[in-house]
Amino acid sequence: MKLIFEKSVPGRHSSLLPPCDVPAFELPESRQEPLELPELCENDVSRHYTQLCQRVHGVNCGFYPLGSCTMKYNPRIDEEAAALPGFTNIHPLAPKASVKGSLEVLELAAKYLCEISGMDGMTFQPAAGAHGEFTGVLLIKQYHDARGDKARTKIIVPDSAHGTNPATAAMCGYDVVNVASAPDGCVDLEALKAALGPDTAGLMLTNPNTVGLFDKNILEITRLVHEAGGLCYYDGANLNAVMGHVRPGNMGFDCIHMNLHKTFATPHGGGGPGAGVVGCKEFLKQFLPKSALMEDGKGIQVRGFAGNFLVVVRALAYLLTLGKEGVPEASTNAVLNANYLMEKIKGSFTPAFDRVCMHEFVLDLSEFKKETGVSALDVAKSLIDNGMHPPTMYFPLIVHEALMLEPTETESRETLDEAAAIFRKLYDLAHTDPDYMHHAPHHAQIGRPDEVAAARNPVVRWTKA
Amino acid sequence: MGSYVPGTLQERQEMLKAIGMESEEQLYADVPAQMLLTEPLNIPSGMSELEVRSRMEALAAENKVYKTVLRGAGAYDHYIPSIVKYVPNKEEFLTAYTPYQAEMSQGILQSIFEYQTMICQLTGMDVSNASVYDGATAAAEAAAMCRDRKRSVTLISAAAHPDVINTVRTYCYGANAELRIVPCKDGKTDPDALKEMLTPDVASMILQQPNFFGQLEDARAVGEAVHAAKAAFILSCDPLSLAILPTPKELGADVMVGEGQCLGLPIAWGGPYLGIMAATSKMMRKLPGRIVGETRDDAGNKAYVLSLQAREQHIRREKASSNICSNEALCALTAGLYMAAMGPEGMKEAARQTTAKAHYLQAELCRLEGVSLKYAGPFYQEFVTVLPRRDAVLAALDEAGILGGLPLGEDEVLWCATEKNTRAELDRAVSIVKEVLAK
Repeated sequence: MKLIFEKSVPGRHSSLLPPCDVPAFELPESRQEPLELPELCENDVSRHYTQLCQRVHGVNCGFYPLGSCTMKYNPRIDEEAAALPGFTNIHPLAPKASVKGSLEVLELAAKYLCEISGMDGMTFQPAAGAHGEFTGVLLIKQYHDARGDKARTKIIVPDSAHGTNPATAAMCGYDVVNVASAPDGCVDLEALKAALGPDTAGLMLTNPNTVGLFDKNILEITRLVHEAGGLCYYDGANLNAVMGHVRPGNMGFDCIHMNLHKTFATPHGGGGPGAGVVGCKEFLKQFLPKSALMEDGKGIQVRGFAGNFLVVVRALAYLLTLGKEGVPEASTNAVLNANYLMEKIKGSFTPAFDRVCMHEFVLDLSEFKKETGVSALDVAKSLIDNGMHPPTMYFPLIVHEALMLEPTETESRETLDEAAAIFRKLYDLAHTDPDYMHHAPHHAQIGRPDEVAAARNPVVRWTKA
Repeated sequence: MGSYVPGTLQERQEMLKAIGMESEEQLYADVPAQMLLTEPLNIPSGMSELEVRSRMEALAAENKVYKTVLRGAGAYDHYIPSIVKYVPNKEEFLTAYTPYQAEMSQGILQSIFEYQTMICQLTGMDVSNASVYDGATAAAEAAAMCRDRKRSVTLISAAAHPDVINTVRTYCYGANAELRIVPCKDGKTDPDALKEMLTPDVASMILQQPNFFGQLEDARAVGEAVHAAKAAFILSCDPLSLAILPTPKELGADVMVGEGQCLGLPIAWGGPYLGIMAATSKMMRKLPGRIVGETRDDAGNKAYVLSLQAREQHIRREKASSNICSNEALCALTAGLYMAAMGPEGMKEAARQTTAKAHYLQAELCRLEGVSLKYAGPFYQEFVTVLPRRDAVLAALDEAGILGGLPLGEDEVLWCATEKNTRAELDRAVSIVKEVLAK
């Protein structure tokens, strides 16, 4: 389809503003370069974006089992709540007395999220999961600094972790110690012990881990880190498995981020905005970020104002809907759906770990690839032809030819049965016509794009011919 | 209680049976028993949609919506065209994840490619990323882009937004890098102090244009001084103002950053907003975050993909240029949509009217006895006045449904106007100020 610039017609416009009712004012210097934005009427703009949205697959359009991303249904009532003028038309620096509603939204959300996570304090500044990690590790850094403990220069990260964990540790000035996982995908206690020492600032971990298993040794892991003088950071990417069943705070974690755009059903908007709210235990509360202007903050601050407030509004509406019964019910059914789907797929593809999983599971296609020549990528692209968003591919790094599936609790049994049938169909197809799968997708918006060419000769903007 | 779980109790039982289980408890068999919660969560019982709606409406009603907003300071109440509110609510855009699967995400990818192009057109820069969290984190990420082993110090003007300064300071603290604040003189960055502070260890200088006090800085001269010291020049701009003001490219910026809220996003008590980052092509591979590139598919058709991923955390892990993963994609889509809906003439008109209204308000206020302009330099949309009986004036405005300017120091106010404010609104505000001062 054409770019919006290719639809531009000089002189075309919409009438949006009235004539100016005060005298014009000439500024001393103005822009010399002509402003070449597209020129369209409202109907052109509307049709263009409608065409674009027809080339997007959202979770509210169909199955989206993207492992680690918790693509659950995004309720419409949450959108309506976030569109209320009493939330959208509020200036962040309006007087405190005029924003009682906003303050109460944060207070309630903090209370409920602390209860779910087992934490004592919370900040809503972080705008995304990685931003929450950054904030959480800075809590750890401030804690050691406040004690004058300058020797702690290392953050331990398991080799199964999301890339954001080591990248975060590096942004916080730490050296990263990668520890290998045990054969069962959990933390190798001996490797952890060997990595711990007086230079350990902390450990970053998600539990259930990235292969979808609950690490039974979690209390021992956090005890060992604390014994070495380090703190434990919980990456909330996989919280959807355990809400209302186990609290990260009870596992021995000192701070945590939660992705409101995953676990708490706020939409991901094609890449954001999210909210990576950070919770911590009482002793770390003094280090939480504050806004210079809103709270006269003297400590750290990770962004302007109070955070992605409208995302918090949506999450609060979701929490009010589910309540004490619905929160654990969501997790239970996320785990049930994952196990059910794994069981149904098992007849064809092989799980990397053949045991009860939590909210997600990983398929290991390395044997299958040896047998058929069809890779995890080929399977993923073939799923697109079947109207399903592919799982997360080639992650975690400890499983080769990995496909990671997270169905979430909002999918029905029919959807799961259908997905399993598609997997079976592709398993058979790989044995009869592997070449067809090497070139999939065949019926998508585009065929496989040449990413190497895109990186070698970057074209990252349109230019007039 | 509410629930989005489709399975009936019978279906759940059947599914449990299919995986060889008798009860739901068995799903959590791997969790050590002493850790499992034995009591229900201490949060309220769930509610129906109708009850949730009432509750959220009640919360929203506890906020005061001002009819007139004369406060900016980083959040600007511009007019948002209807179509700009409508389109981002389409479920396809709203509920998609990051476009990892290009074959299913051309719409999102193309919207970002168009956004990147429009940011380049607006700023004159060569390349834009797909967004970061907000203007403050954009400045902090830009400082990180410019640091290397030899040059690790970042300078920032004291006239930058306090939240931006604090955020940059926090990111520098994380990286064990130093931040030094260049003092102000007469509401602008002090050029003499800057020259002295441009030592060989300085990697970059962050200047905000217009600055926190609304003043237009002599940005070109600052850029020249920074470049003479072989440091990088980071310019933080109000993107809407660039429809009429000299572009960061024209002012010599190496990296342009900005808060994109003014491009069609509501003030929304501080977020979600939009972090804009654009740079010269020389700096392209140092930019953090997603960048969408054009390529061809296997049949030779034009296609868009997430490109230059060798910079990013999922490939590079601890060696990545940033840890950023999720960004503000839907806000970037909204900003692109806003620029397309406004068009070049609409953007210029909004910026011109904003300037005109702000100057009208300033002139009318300063005609009142005791009110005077604090800084004499040219300004775009905001200005500082000394205001006697300040708190009484702001309270009287508040009572009339007008959010007055932001109080600064003992007796100063940072005022703001936009194209949304009518002359009648501004006159009404001024007459209220006049009444209080006359008492």
